Amino acid sequence: MLSMQDIAITFNEGTLDEKKALQDINLEMQKGDFVTVIGSNGAGKSTLMNMISGSLKPDIGTVKINDKNVTLLPEHKRSQFIGRVFQDPMAGTAPTMTIEENLAMAYARNKKRTLKVGVSKKRKALFKEHLETLHLGLESRLNAKVGLLSGGERQALSLLMATFTEPNILLLDEHTAALDPSRAELITNLTGEVVEQFGLTTLMVTHNMQQALDLGNRLIMMDKGQIILEVSGEDKQKLTIEKLLHEFQRIRGTQMENDRAILG
Amino acid sequence: MDGTLISLFSAVESGTIYALMALGVYLSFRILDFPDLTVDGSFVTGGAVAAISIVNGVPPVLATFYAAIAGFLAGVVTGILNTKGKINPLLSGILMMIALYSINLRIMDKPNVALLNEPTMFSQVEGFWASLGIDNFLNGIFTMAGSDRVPGTWAILIIMVIITLIIKFITDYFLKTEVGLALRATGDNEKMIRSFSANTDILTIVGLGISNALVALSGAFIAQYGGFSDVNMGIGMIVIGLASVIIGEALFGTKTIARTTLAVIGGAIVYRIVLTLALKVKFLETGDAKLITAVIVILALVAPKIIATQKEAQRKKRKRAMLASGEGANNA
Repeated sequence: MLSMQDIAITFNEGTLDEKKALQDINLEMQKGDFVTVIGSNGAGKSTLMNMISGSLKPDIGTVKINDKNVTLLPEHKRSQFIGRVFQDPMAGTAPTMTIEENLAMAYARNKKRTLKVGVSKKRKALFKEHLETLHLGLESRLNAKVGLLSGGERQALSLLMATFTEPNILLLDEHTAALDPSRAELITNLTGEVVEQFGLTTLMVTHNMQQALDLGNRLIMMDKGQIILEVSGEDKQKLTIEKLLHEFQRIRGTQMENDRAILG
Repeated sequence: MDGTLISLFSAVESGTIYALMALGVYLSFRILDFPDLTVDGSFVTGGAVAAISIVNGVPPVLATFYAAIAGFLAGVVTGILNTKGKINPLLSGILMMIALYSINLRIMDKPNVALLNEPTMFSQVEGFWASLGIDNFLNGIFTMAGSDRVPGTWAILIIMVIITLIIKFITDYFLKTEVGLALRATGDNEKMIRSFSANTDILTIVGLGISNALVALSGAFIAQYGGFSDVNMGIGMIVIGLASVIIGEALFGTKTIARTTLAVIGGAIVYRIVLTLALKVKFLETGDAKLITAVIVILALVAPKIIATQKEAQRKKRKRAMLASGEGANNA
């Protein structure tokens, strides 16, 4: 489904601020794979995401989605295949527009946008049906402006908008990090449900190690722009936070620096 | 009565024409969140293209249509400067405004073009309208209201109300279509709508095109209404547009898109009425119009905030008073 070959990118090349953000990235994801990505700040997790979404283009290497080379495809065209949820709950929805209008925009992702009314009666029923799966009562507030919703509600809506058109790939960029623990748990559970329901191929960046262990069938650990560890299947199920930290120390010969990651 | 009623009539009449310009400004300023100063230039472009076409024998309806196309193209260039040239929105608009000044001079070949003895969309309708005899009836109402003078024709007001409302309804519909939703999201949360496969560059370019087409259309009607097109007729137009949008929103509300577009039209008319009444004040002259405009905009921006603050203060005062008396009762 997703294939990244020999991806590398360097920021500010030839200056004092030169940073090799990604080096020799090779990643293959089969349909239905759910990969969690962990690593300290600056490890290259977000750059990896941006490389897949198309907001960054690699210096070298190719990105393929469904065996189609999309390396040079601009972001807005690539997003026909890719659903995204951002860390900031404000980022994934349009605040001055209503819930149903937001869903209508998401619904048009993999279709050509026309001059027909975005929120038709038929679609309204469909939107309601999908909103009910969130169990937040949003289905009775279709005409509410999204700016009035709480952070957790907005993030749940973002998650729904990113997934209900069944994209080829779902990218989750620390999408529970800005929420309080109970809301984060709600979104984490919803994520698990929705990914399973649609069988989505998913890549999730997280700082929360427990979340990375609980969700998904594969886990990768990044450091200094490289993938340093890959665990999948049964090995991943047996993994614990202690083991992960130990692995990091064994590979890198240093302690993992990020307190946030450890405490998570 | 000293002709106040008749000048109010003119204010409403020109207000309905300027309302189209205000709708254009609403599209760029509010929907796209793009403070587009192209307006000062594209308004004149509309007037210039319409005037020069009519003088050269083009039927007024077609000339007006050409004006809208010219405005559309001006907006498209501003959009390209911003999205493809990565020039900041304000600067893109200013650059286009200054460029259009020369272009408008080129279009007219002189600083102004008179239309006094030429047919206009209004003169063509007036004859037909007069034959209906409705004016007598309407003028009767006018006289009953105490005016000693009556309007020469009601045709302009009627036709402009119809045109403005038609454009309002088309705009309302368009903003609810799939493309329209994406356009609104481009102004609201660009990153988000890009992640839903919308080409925000194209949307910005087309949005500014439509906005400036409306502005140029308004310019074309104003030229035909006033009987001339002048290279300086667009000065301060963006501020008048903003004044209309802000006054309209403050007075009539923004609950839905349909309500807001109606509010903007209302704002354009109210602005004309306020300006007309202000100019009736003895010590103010015609040249003070721009100063008055600035003051109106400032008032429209500041007054709602002051009122809200006062209301809030009163609410708190009431609440404290209520609690205090409640406690008093408990203690007793």
